[in-house]
Parts: sequence; C-alpha cells; structure tokens
Amino acid sequence: MSWLTNFVRPKVQVSSDRSGETPDNLWLKCNGCGAMSFHRELESNHQICKDCDYHLRLSAVARLNLLLDKGYKRLKLPAVVVDPLKFRDRKKYTERLKDAQANSADTDALLVGYGTIHNVNAVVAVFDFDFMAGSMGVAVGEGLLHAAAKAVETGSALIVIPASGGARMQEGILSLMQMPRSTVAVAMVREAKLPYIVVLTDPTTGGVSASFAMLGDITLAEPGATVGFAGARVIEETIREKLPEGFQKAEYLLQHGIVDAVVHRHELKDRLGEMISLLMIPDRVSNRGDRGAIAQNQSSQSSLPGQSHAATP
Amino acid sequence: MRTYLEFEKPIAQLEAKIEELRHLGSEGKINIADEVAKLEAKAERMRHSTFSRLTAWQKVQVARHPERPHGLDYIQGLMTEFNELAGDRNFAEDRALIGGIARFRGRSVVILAQEKGHDMKSRVEHNFGMAKPEGYRKAIRLMRLADRFNLPIITLVDTSGAYPGIEAEARGQAEAIARSIETCLEVGVPIISVVIGEGGSGGAIAIATGNSVLMLEHAVYSVISPEGCASILWRSADQAQIAAEALKLTAKDLFSLGIIDQIIEEPSGGSHRSPTEAITRVGDAIEASLNRLANLSRDEIKQNRRQKYIEIGKKGLV
Ligand SMILES: [Zn+2]
Repeated sequence: MSWLTNFVRPKVQVSSDRSGETPDNLWLKCNGCGAMSFHRELESNHQICKDCDYHLRLSAVARLNLLLDKGYKRLKLPAVVVDPLKFRDRKKYTERLKDAQANSADTDALLVGYGTIHNVNAVVAVFDFDFMAGSMGVAVGEGLLHAAAKAVETGSALIVIPASGGARMQEGILSLMQMPRSTVAVAMVREAKLPYIVVLTDPTTGGVSASFAMLGDITLAEPGATVGFAGARVIEETIREKLPEGFQKAEYLLQHGIVDAVVHRHELKDRLGEMISLLMIPDRVSNRGDRGAIAQNQSSQSSLPGQSHAATP
Repeated sequence: MRTYLEFEKPIAQLEAKIEELRHLGSEGKINIADEVAKLEAKAERMRHSTFSRLTAWQKVQVARHPERPHGLDYIQGLMTEFNELAGDRNFAEDRALIGGIARFRGRSVVILAQEKGHDMKSRVEHNFGMAKPEGYRKAIRLMRLADRFNLPIITLVDTSGAYPGIEAEARGQAEAIARSIETCLEVGVPIISVVIGEGGSGGAIAIATGNSVLMLEHAVYSVISPEGCASILWRSADQAQIAAEALKLTAKDLFSLGIIDQIIEEPSGGSHRSPTEAITRVGDAIEASLNRLANLSRDEIKQNRRQKYIEIGKKGLV
C-alpha cells in the first residue's frame, strides 16, 4: 500500500503559492495520525509527519540525496534479460514493466549511488518501492552484484536500503535465484573486509528479507517499518489468529533481537557516517569532538580535512 | 488403499480390472495369462502416455502426492549408518528438516532432508514439512560440521515453504533462511541438492543453493505456490492452473532456464507407483554428481558454486 494513494486535494485553496511548480495544491494525509500536510512541507522534512513523527515513504532518489554527501555519482546498472519467462497474468509482464518505467526515471527497482557519507567512502543501493513494489528480479540482483563490486573496487562501505514486497513473481524461479545471487554480493564485500550495513525501511518482506537484507554486519531499521518473512495475511490464514499489536514492526524486531537499532530518519546519515567511520578508520580522532572539551568540531558534518577514506587493507 | 489423482482414474480402473482377472485366474477357473499380459501392456502404455504429457498443474498434484516417497524414505533407502543429529542448540528441535551423518554408497556424508510426514500423526510431528527458524539453524550447524570434516552435503528438498507463524517471525525466520543460504555458499565441500517433491520458495532455496541441483521429473520448484500466485496476480486462487503454467515450475522448464543441472527420470506412473525404483534412481544421480565434483579443491568447489549463481539468470527461455 502506497501512501501516495492516500493523497487528497484540499477543499480550501492553498493561500500562498510559493512557486510555479506543479502540483502546487497537493496535500498528503499522514498514515500515522491522519493529519494533512502540504507536500512541500513533508518534502523538506524528509517525508516525516511533523505532528506524529510517522515516517512516510521516501523516494529512492531523495534517499540517496539524504544520505550521500553532495557530488555523489549514480552507478550505471547493466541491462539484463527482459521477461525471461514470457510471463503474462491478467496483463503481460512486459507491459507492467513499461508502465513502471514510464513512471520512473530508471529501468528497474534498484538505484545505486556512490561517493561519501561524511567523507567516508560509501556505495548506497536503494530500492524504489514505487517500481513494482520494489520487487526483486534479475535486474535488482544484478544491480546488487554491481553495487558490491563497486564497493570493493573503491574501498567503500556497502549500504543497502530495501523497500520491497519480496520476489518479482513475474520472473518466477529467476526471482528466487536472486536470493543466493544477492548473498554472493554480500560475500564479496565481506571478503574485502568492508562494512555491509542494511537499513530496513517500510516494507521489507519475503525473499528480500530472507536474503541480503538479513545479512548485514549492522542492521538498522526505520521507525514503524514493517519487516518480516511471511506476510501478515498469510500468517493469519495459516494460524487463524489475530496478530499482536505492532507485530513485524521495527520496534518489535528490536525487542526480538533482530536489528541493532531503530534509527530516526533525521539521524540516519550521521549514524551511518559514524558507524562506517568507526569500522573503517579505527585510528581517527572523533569528528564529533569531545563533548567536555573545547567545542571545535561540533557539527558531525565536519570531518578530517579533505579526502575520502578508503578501508585499511 | 492407494490414492489416485483425478487424471490417474482411467489407469486405476484398468489396474483394478487386471487385479480382478488375476484373482479369477488364481482360482483356476479360466486361463487368463494372455489376457492379463495384454492388459498389463496396455496399462503400461497408458501410464507412459499420461505421465509423459502432464500439465504443470498435474505435476503440482504429483509432486504433492501423499504416497510419493518423502525425505525419510530416501534416507532409509539410500543411507546406511544414519545417525540423526537433532536441534539448533538455541531453541528447539525441528522435525520438518531432518539431518544427520550417514554413509552413502561408501562415502561419509551429511544429509539434510525436508520431511512432510505420511499420515496425520507424522504430518503434525513434521509440521507438514514447513521448517521454522530452528530447522534452518540446525541445517547451518550441520553444514558447518560437514565443512569441518570435509564431508559432502546432500540435501533433499520437499516443502511447500518455510512456516509462516508468529513465533517463527519472532525468532527470525527471514534471518535463519538468509544465513542458511549464506552457509551453503561458504562451505568448501560439495552440496548436491535434489528437489524430490515440492520446492517451495525461500524455504527450499535455503538448503538448495548447491553445486549440483537435481530434480525429479515430476517435481516442481517455484518462487510461490500456484495458488498464492493466482490469488495475488489473478486475484483468485481458482486460477492456480494457469498460474502453474505461467510460473514455469516444471523440471523441464527449469532445466532449460539453467536453474537445475539434471532431470532424474521417474519410474512409469510416477515415483509414488514405484518408490524403491525412484529412490535408487535418485541415489544413482547423486553418486554421479559426487563423482564429478570429487577432484575439486575446497576453493574450487566454493568458486564453482558461487560462479554458478552469478551466471544464473543471464538467459531466459528461448
Ligand atoms: Zn502524522
């Protein structure tokens, strides 16, 4: 379920028309508290509701912009076999793909950016949930392999941010094979002794959760994200019981020892930067500065002069 | 009492007739040897023609046939000195996934087998072949054991999927499956996986990330059950037959997609008609695969497996 489907137009005309960009009068309803927010306001708050702190879905591009330092580059992902099974349900898979591509600047559900996070080398692979529910097929698996290869080549941490309903059913068994393939990607980064960090966002389920997404050296989750193997409906049908409150939510995963931390989106970049810096640069003077000492380096944005840091071999 | 699938009914009727004739013959009333032989030949032709033309949906039925040999039948038929090893050392023993060390035609091996059970009591004991996190964690533990003692790993896949339940999720079902796949990719010993019945999605690939993946002729292997796929994509579980075709879940399709390495031909009329023969054929195929991999170094075995999965998906159906 996309929060985009919840948009409604306001009954009152928006009074201040700050720019000529469209859509100007778009208001969005928060899934958490039901409050209406002006879209630009949400955008500037990284899609977090100001009233209740609910994390709405952030687009993949906005995610890259949020996490990577300015000047990052996009990794060009290879073309893969299209529609390997010649699949058609009520509609041809090739048509579904075309529709998804028409609404996206990209050709499939994974975007990869590379550069730095607070001056530490990082490759960030983000799922685009708006592209066929972020489902994982050959293109996504191939993208993860390329992201891993780029991390190894540039001595970067690999950060993967899934938002996916699971396998791309229209690619049948080939989508299932992306579970071992994406695991090979993780193994490549591990063998290079580079950090592999997963940030679970809403939702991460099915074959995506049961492969690379659960293999992080560190696993973080965004507040309120639904993460699990089996879908809630399937579980209810199997056990014929109502599911407990908060089941499969990020906070539930934290309680059950499945994730390392639940991190607010506003803190995500700083936390990731700090973690990869701790793991990759063991001898660096803390860039946050000593809180008790002279405040010379208060901003976590500031860092060692100049360059990026590759992993120590 | 045999269970007959809908499309097996004509075969069943003919077989009943042969049985009847035999009975009469044994009472010495008439000489029916010729007639029986003729009907036997006809029944054989019928079994052959029916089973050589099964639709994807019919194969799903055959793969789930209650009398089809299951994991424990294969262990009993193929292994000697089977020493079952139980438990994940953390939480529980999971009888949906049986494991142990054994001797297979002279070789020490680690065997992992999913078991669905054959009657109500054993089905409950084995949770209908649906493993919980503990099952996959036991598999990981035993794969590590195999790796330490340099024993090949044989996995027999037969599950509708990993168990979907509250407790399974709370204990990290997704993580358990992910680690099991990771372990399959890490070990320096050969993994031979055989899909003997139903290869159900993540619950199957968790132990089927092998150097050689073999599949019985009428087994099925899919990312989602046809029923599940139909209810999501066709919005109706009644379309399962169509979904079964579209998913390309038969051994033949998977072989042409490069997902499996070999199709093991089943006895006439399916494995449920001649379990002993089916089990022997699976054993022969496993032995041949082990022989092929016998001279590779630990590193070669690992690289061979990794490369295989990197390559998979580079081609579609032609
Ligand atoms: Zn709100």
